[in-house]
Amino acid sequence: MTYRLDGWQDSTLGQNLARAGVSRRDFLAYCGVLAGIFAVGAGARPARAEEVADKLAAVTKPNVVWLQLQECTGCMESTLRSGGTTVEEVVLNLLSVNYNELVMAAAGDAANQALAETNAQDHILVVNGSIPTKDGGIYCTIGGESAEEVLLKSAEKATAILAVGACAVWGSVQASKPNPTGAVGVDQIIRDKPVINVAGCPPIGEVITATVSYILTHDALPKTDAEGRPLFAYEQRIHDSCPRRAHFDAGQYVRSFDDDGARAGWCLYEVGCKGPSTFSPCPIFQWNLHTSWPIGAGHPCIGCTEKDFFDRFTPFYQVLPNVKGLGVEATAAQIGWGLVGATVAGVGVHAGLTAVRRAAGRKADAAQPLAAFGDGPPPSGEDGCACGGGCGAAPPPKGGPVPLASPTASGNSKSQPGDQAEERGR
Amino acid sequence: MAERLVIDPITRIEGHLRIELETEGGKIVKAWSETTQFRGLEEIVQGRDPRDVWAFVQRICGVCTSVHAIASIVAVENAIGSNPPEQARLIRDMVLASQEVQDHVIHFYHLHALDFVDVTQAAKADPQAAVDFARAIGSTWKGNTLERMTQVRDTVQGILDSGQLSVFTGGYWGHPDYRLPPEANLMAVAHYLDALEFQRSMIRIGTVFGGKNPHPNFLVGGMACSIDPGHTESINQVQVDQIGVWVAESLEFVKACYVPDALAIAGVYKDYFDIGAAQDNYLAVGMAGATFGGDPAESKWTSGHTVIKPGVIFDGDLGTVHPFDPQKIEEWVHSAWYSYEGGDIGLKPSVGETTVAYTGPKPPYEWLGDSEEYTWCKAPRYDGRAVQVGPLARVVLAYAQGHERTVEIVDAALAQLGITPAQLNSTGGRILARAVECLTSAEILAETTFPTFVKNLKGGDIDVFDPTRWEPGSWAPEASGMSFVEVARGNLSHWVTIKDGKVARYQAVVPTTWLAGGRDASGQQGPYEESLAGDGQHPLSDPARPLEPLRTIHSFDPCMSCAVHVLESNGRGSWAVEA
Repeated sequence: MTYRLDGWQDSTLGQNLARAGVSRRDFLAYCGVLAGIFAVGAGARPARAEEVADKLAAVTKPNVVWLQLQECTGCMESTLRSGGTTVEEVVLNLLSVNYNELVMAAAGDAANQALAETNAQDHILVVNGSIPTKDGGIYCTIGGESAEEVLLKSAEKATAILAVGACAVWGSVQASKPNPTGAVGVDQIIRDKPVINVAGCPPIGEVITATVSYILTHDALPKTDAEGRPLFAYEQRIHDSCPRRAHFDAGQYVRSFDDDGARAGWCLYEVGCKGPSTFSPCPIFQWNLHTSWPIGAGHPCIGCTEKDFFDRFTPFYQVLPNVKGLGVEATAAQIGWGLVGATVAGVGVHAGLTAVRRAAGRKADAAQPLAAFGDGPPPSGEDGCACGGGCGAAPPPKGGPVPLASPTASGNSKSQPGDQAEERGR
Repeated sequence: MAERLVIDPITRIEGHLRIELETEGGKIVKAWSETTQFRGLEEIVQGRDPRDVWAFVQRICGVCTSVHAIASIVAVENAIGSNPPEQARLIRDMVLASQEVQDHVIHFYHLHALDFVDVTQAAKADPQAAVDFARAIGSTWKGNTLERMTQVRDTVQGILDSGQLSVFTGGYWGHPDYRLPPEANLMAVAHYLDALEFQRSMIRIGTVFGGKNPHPNFLVGGMACSIDPGHTESINQVQVDQIGVWVAESLEFVKACYVPDALAIAGVYKDYFDIGAAQDNYLAVGMAGATFGGDPAESKWTSGHTVIKPGVIFDGDLGTVHPFDPQKIEEWVHSAWYSYEGGDIGLKPSVGETTVAYTGPKPPYEWLGDSEEYTWCKAPRYDGRAVQVGPLARVVLAYAQGHERTVEIVDAALAQLGITPAQLNSTGGRILARAVECLTSAEILAETTFPTFVKNLKGGDIDVFDPTRWEPGSWAPEASGMSFVEVARGNLSHWVTIKDGKVARYQAVVPTTWLAGGRDASGQQGPYEESLAGDGQHPLSDPARPLEPLRTIHSFDPCMSCAVHVLESNGRGSWAVEA
């Protein structure tokens, strides 16, 4: 079906769609797709298409400030590549992106004015890029102001904050050792509001836009893991849903690139695949209109949705450390779970709601050990998780199949070093 | 009395650029090109596994995704003596070509067009007139239908009615120098939307071979994507057929939509062929996509892009193409926040230094141009001269060397527009050259690169990886390599030195650095600055709405994250910050 929203003339999307001749039936079909996307990995009761439709049809166009700080613009490029279906364009038309340096018409003073005016109202804040904190902010300035100042001003009245891409989440390549400019992620600066971390270098375009439409649809931030990543996209390890998993279990490995195993599509674990430690929907959503994905194109996963992957996952072509020699299933079960701790960010984010502002901050700590990668202590925590205890992850049962992360926070009442705000927004 | 104007941020570019201007009587008399982001990647790749470095430097830029990864891999291969099979090199050529075509299209429609197209006027257009206008300018694009134009007009009207202008908020709508008739604005907005859809589709060439886009995966020694026609999990006929479709789509879009649109806009704004001239010096090692490991003069690898020989043109003398000598490249830090041990001199990339010496104000600040140092961007010079790189340089080189297809397209365009080759050194010339090059690149992809790949496949040539130099034990204890690649914005080179299996030194000289750098010790301006303030005649009619300088700056297609990466891991990096 190909419908276009011919402009925004009525106050709600539902009215505009009706005017554009989009039938309730077709809209429901689309919402069913959205509901499916949201349900992936969410674990909880999947939203019904009707629910999604009712909520989506009632929203008005939220204003958006979309900052680009210290970064490479790859995340905006990924956003531009999101999509395919024309109804997705409808969802994009829902937003009024009043400030984004890559695509906006205005420049200089006119751009700064657009930013100031939007900052003064309720708005959704999307951030690409890291914040260089060293030396008074000289390593990235916009309009003569430091990136940190620009971020703080835009965060003040934001009703939802999305850190999109590895730079905004933790600093990415410029934060890798020795991090010359002191680059940090958004949640290192904004500590009094929850930050949704859309991880990846870059994230999949559809995941970026779906995070926005999730917020509009549910009128709440998506549930996240302990890293702040939305569970609808980041609940599963690549390894869990990898189509090459059967070859891993069967011990069929690529030993050298373009060998017979590579041509037959065997497992890339032995040439360095980080899929077992990487939470990402790449094998499920795939990339660029479902065309392919890294492992599908024969290259090992480099783990770009994980914090510090440029340091902790390199050398990229080396087998994950401290894993070799374990039994096959034990291998799969042991690694990766250090990061999983389901948390809930059940706060209203509709433009005008102020719940977010009251929400307790999510304490993020860049030094949080990623024990799952093999460079921390072995699994010994009292909860059996590889983090060494306290991350809140459901313990992987010994010898049995690996469960998915707990979809709700209800079973995770114990304190979490990575998240002291299980009750935030309530 | 000169008036001062700051444009910061320059939007619709990659990264962070600030332009400071002094104007007198509606003309620009002084300009400073100021790069305001620094990431310090030079220290970060030091000591890493050279086979990993492509993934780090790939993140120099997400707009020019792939190009730094390929340049890095080719430099490392050159150092360790790896010989990627022909099919792997053809795959990289295809990825580079698709990146370049997408990049030029995005630049024209989404980054540059709004300097010439008044979106709000599109709402006033008669959709049939837009269809007729498209036909009149020779656009044969399939989207030029009454239904489509009507739909787009209503969309624009709806956005205006909503009062929420989204990305069009605060634009210079109604500026008297927006000259297109309403129907041309409507057609342009329709093509703006069509181009978005087009690029989403065609960039999948990179996805098939690299698994994702932006930032596809590459591999030292070849490619990781096997291409065995007898396997399901390999790239096989299914993907080859898809790529054939996207390659054809690319050529169609560029021919039917982009080139006629660019010519039409250039025609309406013809005075811009006399505005925005930078130094009349040009450097390129081949046509877009040309890739060399080692000195281009000694390379045995040829491709559809190497018909044009590496060369340099000085002072607009198209009759004399000087041979390109990598040893004549030097970088200056006179106006940049770095210092050299040897003082205010030029340094060759092979012995470059990146010592931060910030002397600028602590943010927030109002004005930088009063200081000698005002940017994070170094200033490269060739044989002591500022040169232009990029589509204009390549088209000028190809034209001067008599590349048949380039000469044919350029001569037709010059005749249509009624301008001379000398006028190509201008804002309009850069727009025209980018379109010309996009067409030749799409043609080479469709007529040479892709067919050769398929022919080889048919002949059973399915190897994509050279395993003989994969293990570090097979490398010399110390080895150096370099690469030269003609990427969307110009000439890119990476240098690497490997010691005991680790990166000991790494450096890149990047297109935007050539163009965006500031003044050198002799007072010679960088090309951005020269284009704005070179002759004191660049117009700026309304400082509150600086449309004219934006047109000129955008004509270079700035990519600031690329400009300031300056990868050097010589262990001599140090920091001196006085903020």
